[in-house]
Amino acid sequence: MEKNIKEKITEEISSNNVHLFMKGTPLFPQCGFSSTVVQILTYLEVSFSSTNVLEDENLREGIKEFSNWPTIPQLYVKGELMGGCDIIKEMFESGELQKIFLDEDLISN
Amino acid sequence: MSMTKDELFEILSSGLPDSKIKIEDLAGDGDHYAATITSTKFKGLNKIQQHKLVYDALGEKMGYTLHALSIKTEIPED
Repeated sequence: MEKNIKEKITEEISSNNVHLFMKGTPLFPQCGFSSTVVQILTYLEVSFSSTNVLEDENLREGIKEFSNWPTIPQLYVKGELMGGCDIIKEMFESGELQKIFLDEDLISN
Repeated sequence: MSMTKDELFEILSSGLPDSKIKIEDLAGDGDHYAATITSTKFKGLNKIQQHKLVYDALGEKMGYTLHALSIKTEIPED
């Protein structure tokens, strides 16, 4: 992986509490899985930033290698990979995701 | 790029022996599946680690041969 890609990813996940690597943008997701995660984050009213991996092929491949995770979307919370669409959906449905955001002071009751 | 349900079952079964695997064909196009995998191997692991075991079993195929696989991991009840 190119050094500048790794630096870019590290910068994004360390300077943003909640960061989503996705296909498209929150307003115009270009993949159903990315769209699902955006909907969950929006519903929970957590503020998040995002990177559109479709804008940069090196980044699209780089994030998979960086996270050792073969699919996109990827949600990072406080610098840690929280999951892809399936995990986030499961955590949302069980209430676990909301609890983490509350515990980390990222949303209020 | 696609694979049949049987191929996917074979790959997951050999990569995750002693697991119970259920595969659902979501779109009938050989490219969108949902797999539920129940295994004692998942004990003590968080979701990320559990899914990584499944991705490890799929190797390079995930994202290339297979576009969309929805994964659900479960630990068998004692």
